[in-house]
Amino acid sequence: MKKNNIKLMQGNEACVEGALAAGMRFYGGYPITPSTEIAEGSAQKLPKVGGKFIQMEDEIAGMAATIGAALTGVKAMTATSGPGFSLKQENIGYAAIAEIPCVIVNVQRHGPSTGLPTSPSQGDVMQAKWGTHGDHPVIAISPSSVKEAFDLTVRCFNLAEKYRTPVILLLDEIVGHMREGIAIPDPSELEIIDRKKPSKDDKNYLAYKVEEGEIVPAMAGFGDGHRYHVTGLVHDESGFPTNSNEIADVLCTRIMKKVEDHVDDIVAYEEFHMEDAEVVVLSYGGTARSAKSAVKKAREKGLKVGMFRPITIWPFPEKQVKEFAKNVKGIIVAELNYGQLVLEVERVVKGSADIFHIGKVDGEIITPNEILSKIEEVI
Amino acid sequence: MTNALVENYFRVDKLPHIWCPGCGHGILMRSIAKAIENLGLDKDKVCIVSGIGCSSRAPGYMDFNTLHTTHGRALAFATGVKMARPELEVIVITGDGDASAIGGNHLIHAARRNINITTIVFNNNIYGMTGGQYSPATPTGDLGTTAPYGNIDRPFDIPKLAAAAGATYVGRATAYHANLLTKLVENGIQNKGFSLIEGLSVCPTYYGRKNKKGTVVDIMKWQKETAVDTKVAAKLSPEQLEGKFLIGELKNEAEPEYTEEYQKIIDRFVKER
Amino acid sequence: MSKQMELRLTGSGGQGLILGGIILAEAAIMDGKNAIQSQSYGPEARGGASKAEVIISNEEIDFPKVQTADLLLSLTQVACDKYVDLIGQEGLLLVDSSVTVPENTNAGEVIQIPILETASEVIGKPMVANIIAIGAINALLNIVSKESLEAAVLNRVPKGTEELNKSALAEGYKLGVRR
Repeated sequence: MKKNNIKLMQGNEACVEGALAAGMRFYGGYPITPSTEIAEGSAQKLPKVGGKFIQMEDEIAGMAATIGAALTGVKAMTATSGPGFSLKQENIGYAAIAEIPCVIVNVQRHGPSTGLPTSPSQGDVMQAKWGTHGDHPVIAISPSSVKEAFDLTVRCFNLAEKYRTPVILLLDEIVGHMREGIAIPDPSELEIIDRKKPSKDDKNYLAYKVEEGEIVPAMAGFGDGHRYHVTGLVHDESGFPTNSNEIADVLCTRIMKKVEDHVDDIVAYEEFHMEDAEVVVLSYGGTARSAKSAVKKAREKGLKVGMFRPITIWPFPEKQVKEFAKNVKGIIVAELNYGQLVLEVERVVKGSADIFHIGKVDGEIITPNEILSKIEEVI
Repeated sequence: MTNALVENYFRVDKLPHIWCPGCGHGILMRSIAKAIENLGLDKDKVCIVSGIGCSSRAPGYMDFNTLHTTHGRALAFATGVKMARPELEVIVITGDGDASAIGGNHLIHAARRNINITTIVFNNNIYGMTGGQYSPATPTGDLGTTAPYGNIDRPFDIPKLAAAAGATYVGRATAYHANLLTKLVENGIQNKGFSLIEGLSVCPTYYGRKNKKGTVVDIMKWQKETAVDTKVAAKLSPEQLEGKFLIGELKNEAEPEYTEEYQKIIDRFVKER
Repeated sequence: MSKQMELRLTGSGGQGLILGGIILAEAAIMDGKNAIQSQSYGPEARGGASKAEVIISNEEIDFPKVQTADLLLSLTQVACDKYVDLIGQEGLLLVDSSVTVPENTNAGEVIQIPILETASEVIGKPMVANIIAIGAINALLNIVSKESLEAAVLNRVPKGTEELNKSALAEGYKLGVRR
């Protein structure tokens, strides 16, 4: 037996640890498989650090309470799965237009509707982008391992605080329920970002005015002494509703641009054996583990295959995919759905490489051999 | 024309409000501000939350921390605010449809938890913002644009609903009984737990016109003549109360308050540390 | 231990096989190895055939599910019948004595031991069958160090049941001695 600080943990448990490390002090949610361990862990640990947990009456309320708490200045999170993610959409849109930083974890399960509640899926990828009505910015991140479930939860909070927007952690049942070893980093090793607040004596504070050199407006907490108005209606710099088309354009463009203009800061990805790859497997989340295994097996057979793994799903690593697509024969998109992110790959690649898809909707995960056969077929 | 109450507690630059001439909501909104003034609350420590609808435009005009949320969800947002920052005095302004139809689940659960939030329901018996559709507070037989042949639904008695679900302070007043409303809101705010006060409003544009209720003055006269204070009602026979409705304090009980109960859990760990 | 070991523990929901899997994985991690543990959820986790999976390796483990099991443990007939085909040709099929081994299994080796009976008759607690099972598995396959396995057991069992579970583990080791 060796002495080490590695703990065996589920992805869902690591997500809670990451959230606490990032400074989560409020969790509002509703139980749903396969995300319940996140609620349970939060219920157990939050009061120990002076934080608050509340099990709300439904999914909609869980999202609403999370936003309400975030407005008082705390870092807040909710977690859910498929059906619950659908129910939360309206209030996710509210957080987007009112620019409320918060984290929504969606442990993807099979669907539509109740589907196979305990089986994995990556069928909510497009919903994460388009789920709520109207044009709105989206940041969605998908971990492939238990360690990443921790690290990327921290990152979700950091991005939410920096860009004042809801951030989605797109877990899947594979990673959420899988146990593996993880060394939890010391808090001193973590970069933690907190939202910018207006100075206490700023008498002219305008809640939605972006100051020179800033990405987003400074955000006062309710109760901190800046009395202001928050609404889901189109609003001017004071936060008050308006019917002005000009102001609507300024606001809706600004919230899109704050993410669009900082894609390089937000986008993260992993490349594996990409240097001389003729065929690339593009995969993410739990499925990327099968892809990596398949690429290793292919390399053992001397096949020039690489893997590209978007860690940030939205915004999509468009520049990177466009770039490598120029030098490869084919791209195999492996994802646990009927064909979702493949549409984005097709849009970005615009015919410069052949695109193949491996998808599954039977509730089972894609195996390395299934990907390997496809590689051998297309190379 | 402004007075000290308006200048001190309203965002004067955001007035005039959007409500129709004769709408009772302005009176109800003023009663709430008056209650806050009477209690001498620190404006920085008051948070007013609303949903969607005519009533829910009120917080925009009021000079506090104000949050205009999604339809029906005011109490769910307010619960997050109150839990995260219990020192804030959280007040919810909602309408009959907002509170008891789309937000009915949040209403009964906020009441069940007895969380220290004071909810004032501006009941105009109709969906006004969308143009006069029947609501859960439209009396049976009345007309709405979606009840063109008469409403066959039975209405909720919203205070009774809240009381049954566990609210610890419940009352009702009307736009006519504005001073009573102020007193009830004061009591509601001081109640350590979930309080619900129904303020019967006047909707001359949709509910009133559609149902031939007469002028605004006629409707307010009806409120004056039909309302019976609970204290008076106690001495009246069922026959004498026929066709009347109750106003005043409908329930006042003490039960453990939610955020205080949660704080006890936190304190348990502080002692351990 | 060879490069990668894939174990599938099956039985009926409530027999504690997921906990058994967690303990094996945790012991491997204590030994400095990589391990992944997963399970089947759903209605079958209550009564029907349930399975827990563990992969232990000296290398990075990519695919988290068992593909060809090096070991299939079956504590019930239902579970054995359901999962027996998924065993590798050199794999070990370890079943409780109450289970009738299917005739045409392609398992490399079949061992039958009285796990459930030992739990109820020797220890007097049917609930420790999972701990007996992992003791027997480790005796047969030598996957993790003895001290890590004991430490992992003590780390995961309810307070106050430590001695009981230590005895169960010891009985498991006895059952796993090849005769």
